[in-house]
Amino acid sequence: MNLIIEGIQKAFFLIFTLDAEVLGITLLSLQVSGTATLISLFIGISVGTAVALSRFPGRQLVVSLINTGMGLPPVVVGLFVTIFLWRNGPLGFLEILYTPTAIILAQAVIATPIVTGITLASIQNLPVNLRLQILALGATRVQMVWLLVKEARLPLLAAVMAGFGGIISEVGASIMVGGNIRGYSRVLTTATVMETGRGNFDVAIALSIILMLLAFFVNAILTQIQQRERPR
Amino acid sequence: MKRELKKVLGAALVAAVFLIGMALPASAAGPAQKNLILATTTSTQDSGLLDVLIPVFEKKTGYFVKTIAVGSGQAMAMGQKGEADVLLVHSPDAEKKFMTEGYGVNRLIVMHNDFIVIGAPADPAAIKGAKSTVEAFKKIAAAGSLFLSRGDNSGTHAKEKGIWKAAGINPERQKWYQQTGLGMGQTLNVAAEKKGYTLADRGTYLALKKNLGLEILKQGDPILLNVYHVIPVNPAKWPKVNADGAKTFSDFMVSAETQGIIKTFGVEKYGGALFFPDAGKKEDDLGK
Repeated sequence: MNLIIEGIQKAFFLIFTLDAEVLGITLLSLQVSGTATLISLFIGISVGTAVALSRFPGRQLVVSLINTGMGLPPVVVGLFVTIFLWRNGPLGFLEILYTPTAIILAQAVIATPIVTGITLASIQNLPVNLRLQILALGATRVQMVWLLVKEARLPLLAAVMAGFGGIISEVGASIMVGGNIRGYSRVLTTATVMETGRGNFDVAIALSIILMLLAFFVNAILTQIQQRERPR
Repeated sequence: MKRELKKVLGAALVAAVFLIGMALPASAAGPAQKNLILATTTSTQDSGLLDVLIPVFEKKTGYFVKTIAVGSGQAMAMGQKGEADVLLVHSPDAEKKFMTEGYGVNRLIVMHNDFIVIGAPADPAAIKGAKSTVEAFKKIAAAGSLFLSRGDNSGTHAKEKGIWKAAGINPERQKWYQQTGLGMGQTLNVAAEKKGYTLADRGTYLALKKNLGLEILKQGDPILLNVYHVIPVNPAKWPKVNADGAKTFSDFMVSAETQGIIKTFGVEKYGGALFFPDAGKKEDDLGK
């Protein structure tokens, strides 16, 4: 019990004294996971919408694959991204293993199926007649897609939250591809694992609290946007 | 509603530019040839030694060190694949094999400390009175007391397996023998929680001691010597290896200044040195 209280005290101490190292780790977590979320949104919304609105042979299989991908284990992603990024691996020439860029890449791979899956479901959930109506009113195909995405924006914000929440809290891939290098590729989750290993439980608890606060504030902002226009 | 959406999109765009703009300089830090990948054991990181040494090295040489703290076994596997430039490891038998297979340029002794047998103060297998470490391990097996093994091919794990072999016991699959597959720090925590015995390096134990409630039950036996070597990976096998950086790092580790830092590291905080500098000595002369 003492340990938890000490951890909470330490967390507030580290936050309010603006501890440079902890601040750096927190900002890096935010940057890395934020960038990865944006990449996954770009890919996920495009692919999700395309699959939702088209019919082609093997579509069932594609949808199953996307849905399976939503539960892609981060360590598996970490392992494969590591193997690809090795100096002597297929993408070794990029020289990005053990950099924040590598973490962004791995996290984007984890988040993209989540965003794709939720986009797919929310676009498909729109009434079929809506699509026909939009087309009947003389909209072009591009205009129709745009209107549908707009109409599904509330569930799409859920996709943002699910994607971001999934990767900001992820540790397996980040430690494998980022290497947990001090002042460079150390993010909140990997630092927590390391401090636990070092027996610095108060610091580990402090980092966990910062992580949860960060996740809370980002989601609170997104929820604010999502719920703003609900009561009509 | 349209305005609302534009606002959201606008905010997202600003956020995107901001995030990518901030992430880029971070990933561009240090041109590629100045990067140096150091694969090492968890004990050098968990004890905090590298947090002291690496900044000194970086300041002095301008290299950017990427420290990857894994077990000695994995560190050497990375070296074998050319995925690390220099190794700081403590698994002598595996290191010798690594050298004879031509993966390393040379192998310089850096420092030593010792392994210790740790356990709950109650000492259910009564190993405190054992004449030797091998004897102590026999007692643990005979009593069927819980023993936590690293189980991760680390230097500590290799040493532990060596002691079991010397005791003529195969602990694998025994009920009282559990493998954590974790680093030294975490394995010590597991041992503390389960009140089991384990083999640890003194550095990590001293750094974690305050929260553990475990005691040193066996120490000072020559078999428990723990020697760390630095090995630059052979660029002849893997041309992409940063050979200059690796040599600079291994020179740094055995330099008089670094050896001095190692000697005093932890004295203030833990009341005793965690590592003993050994540059220039012969491995066989240690512990005599």
